[in-house]
Amino acid sequence: MSRTRTPAVSGWFTGEGDRFRLLGTRCSSCASVFFPREDGHCRNPHCAGGALEEVPLSRKGRIWSYTDSRYRPPSPYVSDPELPWEPYALIAVELESERIVVLGQAVPGVTVTDLTVGMEVEVVPGVLDEDAETTWTTWHWRPTGVTA
Amino acid sequence: MTAEVAVLGAGMHPWGKWGRGFAEYGTAAARAALADAGLNWRDVGSIVGADTVRGGYPGHVAGATFAKALGWQGARVASVYAACASGAQAIATARAQILAGLADVVLVVGADAAPKGFFRPAGGDRPDDPDWLRFRLLGATNPAYFGLYARRRMALHGDTPEDFALVKVKNAALGALNPYARYRKRVTAEEVAASAVVADPLRLLDICATSDGGAALVLCSLDFARRHGAARPVRIRAVSTVTPRFPSTVLDLPDIATDSAAAVEPPGETFRASIARTAYEEAGIGPEDLSLAEVYDLSTALELQWYEDLGLCGKGEGAKLLREGETAPGGRIPVNTSGGLASFGEAVPAQAIAQVCELTWQLRNAAGDRQIPGARVGITANQGLFGHGSSVIVVR
Ligand SMILES: [Zn+2]
Repeated sequence: MSRTRTPAVSGWFTGEGDRFRLLGTRCSSCASVFFPREDGHCRNPHCAGGALEEVPLSRKGRIWSYTDSRYRPPSPYVSDPELPWEPYALIAVELESERIVVLGQAVPGVTVTDLTVGMEVEVVPGVLDEDAETTWTTWHWRPTGVTA
Repeated sequence: MTAEVAVLGAGMHPWGKWGRGFAEYGTAAARAALADAGLNWRDVGSIVGADTVRGGYPGHVAGATFAKALGWQGARVASVYAACASGAQAIATARAQILAGLADVVLVVGADAAPKGFFRPAGGDRPDDPDWLRFRLLGATNPAYFGLYARRRMALHGDTPEDFALVKVKNAALGALNPYARYRKRVTAEEVAASAVVADPLRLLDICATSDGGAALVLCSLDFARRHGAARPVRIRAVSTVTPRFPSTVLDLPDIATDSAAAVEPPGETFRASIARTAYEEAGIGPEDLSLAEVYDLSTALELQWYEDLGLCGKGEGAKLLREGETAPGGRIPVNTSGGLASFGEAVPAQAIAQVCELTWQLRNAAGDRQIPGARVGITANQGLFGHGSSVIVVR
């Protein structure tokens, strides 16, 4: 069996392993960074608007806050209703140089009891869900120092 | 100071899961508000409906739906959609029409029949919709955002789950006194602590439910009120409907990320605080003038956040204000005397209107067992999806 690995959303991340990065865009005129990527026009109202260039975001940041999802979220979140619901943690991460907070799921196995506000985490590739043909890929946050 | 409009009538349909359509709730609330105002529907020059949304389609175009149900009589019509702030933007529309001389009397109606369980976006594959994306990519429900805010407060200000529970205890005790509330039972801190965790650290009883319900107001010019025999009506003095300012650095529903502050320093106040400040400036008053407040307690922790954003206390002091009993009846500034969303649940387009109904009854000294003695000035605050938020100041 060989499922195709396809990003769950296109153009938001790239790379594998240690080279995995979230992708945003940066205004060439005012240096504002946008994630999810803004490809139309700079949203800084003080800026006349420059070209928006794709940039990889910082790989590491610090936890702004976190929570989890103890009940199965509704569609369009995909989960197998035949399987018991496994809660996952959600982490909002502050990236220092971009001065932006980005939300994401924690890597599987990390729970809220493993987390504190201010803790360092890094972005890693993850799997959102799979069907017969496709593995839908996404980004996960993982506390630094945790491998697996 | 800006011109004022009078609140001549207020009405609600009791909230709960009644299993009927939104038009029925809204029409019942509208008839109640008209009766309260002592007016006939034929006297109304304009109707503004706050929209509900199902499947991306704004509830049968709400203003016209209510007008038809009440009986076509040729009134001017408008419909407003702004998620949780729909009701307040409907009030703002009505007020603008009155102040512009387009209508003397305007009926404002909001009603909803909510789906069971989590709110969810419309169907289909719609990756251009941030609301759809947060569910698809993260499974991030509304309570997940409330959980993030609550945990952040715990880390920054030392709030505890016990503090959050106290908000529910306070609001449930008030809701028990309100015949329009869905939940009319007192709740103990132990019951909150024993309820299931929904989004850590928040439990089921920390988070408001979805509900059916309706609320309506009859607004008019001060001249009309005087001619109608209301010499000292309750008046709306300010309606703030401001948007955030770039860069907005608090992660808000339904976004996956904040604005970046890399290029521009964030404003000195958060979006929520700017909503209230704008209302104060328009009304020419400050938080020290308030008798009471109705705020969106979508979660218990969020109510504490509003204390600070409304300037009822300093930053990080919300839980202290609550613990000292200052936001309960008998305190310096009672909050959510209606019982709040904790007791009503969410009927999205109705709730910002319902907040003004409660203030109206309080300022008329007609709130029954919930009455705050001598109430003169009240404020509402709410916030919806996509940078919507509103605040209304009502005076007597
Ligand atoms: Zn720019």
